[in-house]
Amino acid sequence: MPLPAPVLGANGPGSWIWWDWVTSHGDTVYAAGREHVILTWWAVVIGLALALPLGVAAWRWHRLAPLVLGVSGVIYTVPAIALFALLVPVTGLSRTTSEIGLVGYTLLILIRNVIAGLDAVPDDVRDAARGMGLTPARMLVRVELPLAVPAIVAGVRIATVTVIGLVTVTALIGQGGFGQLIYDGLLRDFRTPLVLGTVLSVALAATADLALVLLERVLTPWSRVRAAGR
Amino acid sequence: MWRFLGDVAAWFTTSAHWRGDAGIAHRLAEHMAMSGAATVTALAVALPVGLVLGHTGRYGLLAVNVSNVGRAVPSFAVLVLGAQLFGIGAKPAYVALVALAVPPIVTNSYTGVRQVDRDVVAAARGMGMGEARILLRVEMPVAVPLVMAGVRTAGVQVVATAGLAAIVAWGGLGRFIIDGLAQGDTVQLFSGALLVAAVSLSTEVGLGLVQRALTPAGLRAASTAQRRVPVAPGAAPAPGAS
Repeated sequence: MPLPAPVLGANGPGSWIWWDWVTSHGDTVYAAGREHVILTWWAVVIGLALALPLGVAAWRWHRLAPLVLGVSGVIYTVPAIALFALLVPVTGLSRTTSEIGLVGYTLLILIRNVIAGLDAVPDDVRDAARGMGLTPARMLVRVELPLAVPAIVAGVRIATVTVIGLVTVTALIGQGGFGQLIYDGLLRDFRTPLVLGTVLSVALAATADLALVLLERVLTPWSRVRAAGR
Repeated sequence: MWRFLGDVAAWFTTSAHWRGDAGIAHRLAEHMAMSGAATVTALAVALPVGLVLGHTGRYGLLAVNVSNVGRAVPSFAVLVLGAQLFGIGAKPAYVALVALAVPPIVTNSYTGVRQVDRDVVAAARGMGMGEARILLRVEMPVAVPLVMAGVRTAGVQVVATAGLAAIVAWGGLGRFIIDGLAQGDTVQLFSGALLVAAVSLSTEVGLGLVQRALTPAGLRAASTAQRRVPVAPGAAPAPGAS
């Protein structure tokens, strides 16, 4: 078993990080990052576009909830490698396969949070909105969904971090973003791309999470006012 | 489409695919033995840590966030890093699976103990109970539902990630998927995926039943609210299927 060289200090093909390789492969790393972001972005956007109506429907018609949560729960429990493999005979080794699988994983997280957010709207607020003559549809769009934003953003945060991790697995079916670097490290028994891919994937997750926290602040100015008034 | 499904059915009914060291029966046994060993090891490491941190209330930020960080680290990367550190085969798979199972159990046992009413703990202390007894007799029973939710999350994740461990040249049911991909054999790939999906879903259901059975009757109504997937990033963890 080769003894691990210290991360810093040693700098060569056998060390954990070989800076010469990193600087000479900027294009490879950039392309991997770009793919990682694109795969994640569409998975979360499409996931949200599906989860909002499904979550609202499951919340409004309670009998739908077990079905919606059950199906998305089964998808969530199927391991990524198996879900992608089940799609390969249908959509091949393609970006579509990766994207369908990734969207699948966001559904349970997002739908549950949409429902939790709508459930948390105080009855007083609902009564007031009804008293002001808002129709159920207008009440949903103008009052209930805005108040559910914190819960929905919390779901988007979890979904985004989860998807960023799962994107790496799609390296096995030809995509992968930073996962490509990790896979390359495995195939060539070469530590630099492995370490780089791992660190960048975690860094991307942390950055995205932070960005979403800031986005939530922008989307819900009233919660800041309330916090300041306390 | 129908022809493909016919081929898959034929794959499953070929008795040669069930027998021998590369057969389904042996791969399934490998898969479950490895997952069980990794989950039990993780429990032995994580449960005392989570319970003691919860009892003392120290390092709470760390205990809660360890699973958030765990979610961000791809299990794929943990496996490959394991192979760099321990060579290929069962060893890196085992170490990686333990590493993935520890965070959710630490976080949930910490949260489980913290949520025990402090007045109850003060009353126990007033009755003359020692700290160890308080932890074992008062806090632990109340924490059971959340601890088990953590074990369930961890167990399902371990079984799922074991399906990926074939990339570091270990066996398990993921072997069929990885070999199917490598050989362009979509029938084997699809059949392997069905097997991996089936064991994950069975584990989820099975550990759910264990969780119910171990929950004290008085807490059972409340425990239905303990779901596997958190609604807030700081809440109980559920890293996605690997």
